[in-house]
Amino acid sequence: MNVTRREFVRGGVAAFTVGFAAPEFLSELALAQGSTSRTLVVLYLGGGNDSLSMLVPYTDSFYYSRRPTIAIPAGSVLQVGSDKSGKPLGLNPRLVGMHAIFNAGQMAVIQRTGYQNSSRSHFTGTDIWSTALPNAPQTTGWLGRYLDLLPSPVDPLVGWSTVRETPHALRGRLTAVPSIQNPATYGFSSPNTGAEAALERTFALKISSHVPVERPHLAFVNGTAQAALATLDRVVPVAQYAPTVTYPNNGLGQALKAIAGALVKGIGTKVFWVQTGGYDTHSTQGVNFQNGAYTNLMGILDGGLAAFYSDLKNQSLLDQTLIVQFSEFGRRITENGSSGTDHGAAGLMFAIGGKVNGGIYGTAASLNPDPSNPTLENNGGDVRFEMDFRSVYARVIDNWLGADSRQILNADFRQPGLSFI
Amino acid sequence: MLLLRDPGIDHLLRRATFGASPSELRAFSDLSLDEAVDRLVNYEQFPDDVDNHINQPGYVGVTTRGQFSPNTVINDARQRWLFRMVHSRRPLEEKMTLFWHNHFATAYSKVAGQTSGSVATRHMAAKPSEDPGGVTGQIELLRKYALGNFRDLLLEIAKDVAMLYWLDGRTNVKGKPQENFARELMELFTMGVQYYQEADVYAGARVFTGWNIRFVRLANDPMGTNAYYEFLYNAGQHDTDPKAFSFPIFPDGNQTIPARAASAGMQDGIDLINAVARHPETARRLARKLYGFFVSEIQPAPDSFVETIAGVYLQNNFEMKPVVRAVLLSPEFSDPSSYFARYSWPSEFVVRAIKEVGWNGFSVDSALSPLANMGQQLFEPPDVAGWDLGPTWFSTAGMLARMNFAATLTTNQRFNLRNSSRLYGQTASGLLAHFLDRFTPSDYDTAPRQDLVDYLTASGPWTGSDAQVLVKAAGLAHLIVGSSEYQFA
Repeated sequence: MNVTRREFVRGGVAAFTVGFAAPEFLSELALAQGSTSRTLVVLYLGGGNDSLSMLVPYTDSFYYSRRPTIAIPAGSVLQVGSDKSGKPLGLNPRLVGMHAIFNAGQMAVIQRTGYQNSSRSHFTGTDIWSTALPNAPQTTGWLGRYLDLLPSPVDPLVGWSTVRETPHALRGRLTAVPSIQNPATYGFSSPNTGAEAALERTFALKISSHVPVERPHLAFVNGTAQAALATLDRVVPVAQYAPTVTYPNNGLGQALKAIAGALVKGIGTKVFWVQTGGYDTHSTQGVNFQNGAYTNLMGILDGGLAAFYSDLKNQSLLDQTLIVQFSEFGRRITENGSSGTDHGAAGLMFAIGGKVNGGIYGTAASLNPDPSNPTLENNGGDVRFEMDFRSVYARVIDNWLGADSRQILNADFRQPGLSFI
Repeated sequence: MLLLRDPGIDHLLRRATFGASPSELRAFSDLSLDEAVDRLVNYEQFPDDVDNHINQPGYVGVTTRGQFSPNTVINDARQRWLFRMVHSRRPLEEKMTLFWHNHFATAYSKVAGQTSGSVATRHMAAKPSEDPGGVTGQIELLRKYALGNFRDLLLEIAKDVAMLYWLDGRTNVKGKPQENFARELMELFTMGVQYYQEADVYAGARVFTGWNIRFVRLANDPMGTNAYYEFLYNAGQHDTDPKAFSFPIFPDGNQTIPARAASAGMQDGIDLINAVARHPETARRLARKLYGFFVSEIQPAPDSFVETIAGVYLQNNFEMKPVVRAVLLSPEFSDPSSYFARYSWPSEFVVRAIKEVGWNGFSVDSALSPLANMGQQLFEPPDVAGWDLGPTWFSTAGMLARMNFAATLTTNQRFNLRNSSRLYGQTASGLLAHFLDRFTPSDYDTAPRQDLVDYLTASGPWTGSDAQVLVKAAGLAHLIVGSSEYQFA
């Protein structure tokens, strides 16, 4: 991984600093680049989501025989009908808010998403999902490549990561995406006050505005400082956003609240990144306990998304927002000795938004452990992918972001039937 | 007066220590590079007495809430470690402890979630001499083996209670193997992801079946207040069947761990650890990681460097002291192109800033939230792969947090800064020269250097009055420590 980051720095950062917009143009840029256009919110469930506990194949007897302690009883699931193969499915009982969104026709679930030779490594897996290039998982991210295609100079708030680091998916060659966890603390402090404090900020901006000769790594850090200083004032109103609903007081809930604030205040961000972790449920997965690990994960997810959905609906912003979720892999079908599940292969993705064509896409796997079962792999151990995740990305790029997926994904992954958006 | 500086020694001190205070610099001023490396590497000659100075005048402060409890309260453990980084007489020991903490990255929060805050802190950070049950916290284990034998360290890590929670080894039992530890042992702790197969993970998980823990309650502790966990080889839960691998397990090339009686089955894990410790890709991976940690993050490790250092590792029976010594004495290390070629980790940045700006009246507690905002909360790596290093530290939020920590520190130190720079503050250029010498940022190009001069006179001509120096010394220190040039080591 280090080599790549180095290459990223050498190959990318010099260009990045040059292409960066001067702060005085930013507000015009934000306007020109569309505070009224569509927004993509990418939601990453960190650790490898156990999709069989999220979308339960409650009539598959192997689901129960292979998961004696962590199967959700058929009577508890929130039914969502059957997929096109006729297999009845139900959402995790904790996903009450998402069930309502599904019933409103604004949530699509895409089953068995993944890729050939799925990596069981968190890190390689995340890199592959981030770059959408399984054979070159160390290059720029798919969203970074999208942002790089926007006409230069680019508004630094065109992307917004709600986590501390810029996620790999958003790393581009030209575009530095700011990471703004908490708009309220996104400020510049000083040992002095008044005019002297303002002077320090002026000079901090000036000192970092130069492009050092033959030191691209220094230029890169200067670019980050510039992006931070240039975006400070525009983030202030987001911190003052008064939502129409109460968001859960956890990381995901507060991140989604900040995103809603940015949308309402018309910041102009095209791509937001939000993530929530804890999905690496190797032990005591606890799907059937009130305070079980997976139950709590579903509670955090559902609470955040339900609040976000209602807030956007109240603000009439639902039609211009698309939420797309992924995780780096699904989990092993058979539970392990710790009432948990180890790393598996295909998982599921879902999309939520006012323009989403809701429903269940794709077909569920049969969980019959027979090694010849074509819907499984790894000797019947793991779910085999049916839908390449890059086809989902392609649909988002072509039909939502308005770019050409073939250019960003380096190949044609379009699937006409995958019409969730 | 300005300190006489040898750029090679300065470089060594930025990399193998956390930077030097003026008095520490003096101790190195007459040493050759070889002598300086020897002094750092053979740190056993200096007593490990740094913790005795906590709460003493003349040292950076800690903030106590009631009793200072670094063995049972995680924020106090974080403060103790930062204190050690600032003041230890064995700075390379602390530096390597940090390296291993990132390598065997274990997060307190998961252990605490499955035990309790105080039990988790003990298993992460307790000093055995201060713990009622003699618990050795993981960080103490890493410190003990900072320049020790890597194979032995792997074995201890496999039996470490915090690790057995973190990667779920405590629940790895016969018939239902738990893959988490075996996978990361091969993927992250040793060879790397390209050098094993999925089947090796499954076999590796079976190897470590029965490497569990047990609850220990002391005889004189009926309420269990001081209860803790310890490693247990649970023979009844060990899978005794043979385990085949895709790489050699034994020196003769045999790739299969034979069937063994359960009572002798712990040898399976020792065999596998021996095998991955001596795997040539483990040697190369450590060499590359050490290159990134000590030499450069902006140039890839040359193959010749990797082969040389990997050779030192293999020829010295996995002892890390000769390996690190060879890294610090390598031509790649001393090449001026390696100067300032590392992106400082947040903890390195914070400690160096404290050492260079000053600490009298400052508490390391004030660095804990800023460190989290910069992306490096000690004892809380984001995942088992450790922190994302290099440019990834520098998100806008991460950079802003660095600038704001520089403000926090210089606000706290503004009177000390004024007093210590009065002598140089008769002219603006004198003050700037003093600070550039004292803070050792990488070189400023002409334009930003002029900006620093302009800043000093932007609100009026330079008089050198106490009032002006008070404002401008703090402001200038803030600008320098918060600048990009200061973020490299």
